[in-house]
Amino acid sequence: MATDNHRHGAVLEDDLHAFVDELLTDDRRKEVQDYLDRHPDAAALVARLRSQRQTLRNAFAHIADEPVPSRLNVQNIVDGRHSSAESVRRWKIAAAITLALGLGSTGGWFARGAAESPVAGVSALSREAGANYATYAFDTERPVEIDGNHKAQLVSWVSTRLQRHVPVPDLAQAGYRLVGGRLVATEHGPAALFLYDDHQGTRLAVMVRKMTVQPDTPTMQRNEGPFDGYSWADKGLGYSLVGNDRPASLHSLADEVRRQARLSL
Amino acid sequence: MKDLIQQIEPLIPAFRRYARALLRNAELADDLVQDCLERIVSRWPQRRDADDTRQWAFAILHNLAIDVMRRRTRRGIHLALDELEEHEMAVPAQQEDRLRHADLMRALDALPQDQRAVVLLISIEDMSYADVARTLDIPIGTVMSRLSRGRERLQRVLDDGSIARVSTVQATPLRRMK
Repeated sequence: MATDNHRHGAVLEDDLHAFVDELLTDDRRKEVQDYLDRHPDAAALVARLRSQRQTLRNAFAHIADEPVPSRLNVQNIVDGRHSSAESVRRWKIAAAITLALGLGSTGGWFARGAAESPVAGVSALSREAGANYATYAFDTERPVEIDGNHKAQLVSWVSTRLQRHVPVPDLAQAGYRLVGGRLVATEHGPAALFLYDDHQGTRLAVMVRKMTVQPDTPTMQRNEGPFDGYSWADKGLGYSLVGNDRPASLHSLADEVRRQARLSL
Repeated sequence: MKDLIQQIEPLIPAFRRYARALLRNAELADDLVQDCLERIVSRWPQRRDADDTRQWAFAILHNLAIDVMRRRTRRGIHLALDELEEHEMAVPAQQEDRLRHADLMRALDALPQDQRAVVLLISIEDMSYADVARTLDIPIGTVMSRLSRGRERLQRVLDDGSIARVSTVQATPLRRMK
């Protein structure tokens, strides 16, 4: 084909791809077509590449036809930027107030903490979960930071901070839907807080944090003020389930959470 | 901001498609597209007029995707790949099509990430080789060699799917945990 090549420029593999991808100029395409007519091997390769390309396109075509979720609406995102800038401003104001009010009492707070020397085990875990449940489960503004539709994001966030893979327990079978979750502070480091509600809006929370003391314990029932809770630890990861439901149903929910959590350990 | 919406909005279906084909997890993919759109909105004023909007936006999307994939492997957090749902198939699912589709997805997942990006941008997003080079910030020769190697590997699986099918029952970790 020396003369051929000389006349047209050699047909290279790149040309075959570009032929399949319809990226050649008209002239070049004719030359390649001409070449393919005379080279059945190359023509067969081109046919396979074409079919592969079509298979790939078919496999993902439906995604572009799906309705775009509203969180991906550009207008909303443009609008959202203003409101998030606003919320940052509000947060700064709130922080400034807290700082002003709090500075005087900081010493006292630390002193009290030292005197009480909180137990770091499951009872502390339980108390911390109760406090977080009381704070967030009844919050009407922003009970969760990441909603239940962004489970992957939530898992990634809390797992990074806890340095442990913390999957979100699924309580759908028991009639509890994931509202969402957030990272919360405890006396013993960061914790993941997952909030759920049932069809009547009854909320329960599952809190997870690392356990340096009592890394493995059986499930224990605790009353945290008006709420019932069940807490336990497996392999250094402590769980506490707190809710407003009947203790018996909370207990079976706790068993279910524990069962699921063990599967991922 | 009006031209931003006019120019970006029509691209969103393609962003979602590319993100999902790359990450193979619908939720993560949409999270990624959302991050990308937020970044586009904040960087829009700095965009140069000479930039091709589509290629510029895809570069942002791709760089974010690389971060996600890197984090995913580094942290060892295994997020479930989407299972193959019947409704996800363009063609009504004949058993044969289904297996073929499954083979294709597995072959795609098995491709090195840099080859996968090139194959997807070219085969599905109709991007020119030069635009792919700019989007991924690599020389065009590298684009061509990744395209060639990627397609060859996919083809091997498609030509002989039955062999790959033996290992079908591989774990789909989190989904099973109901």
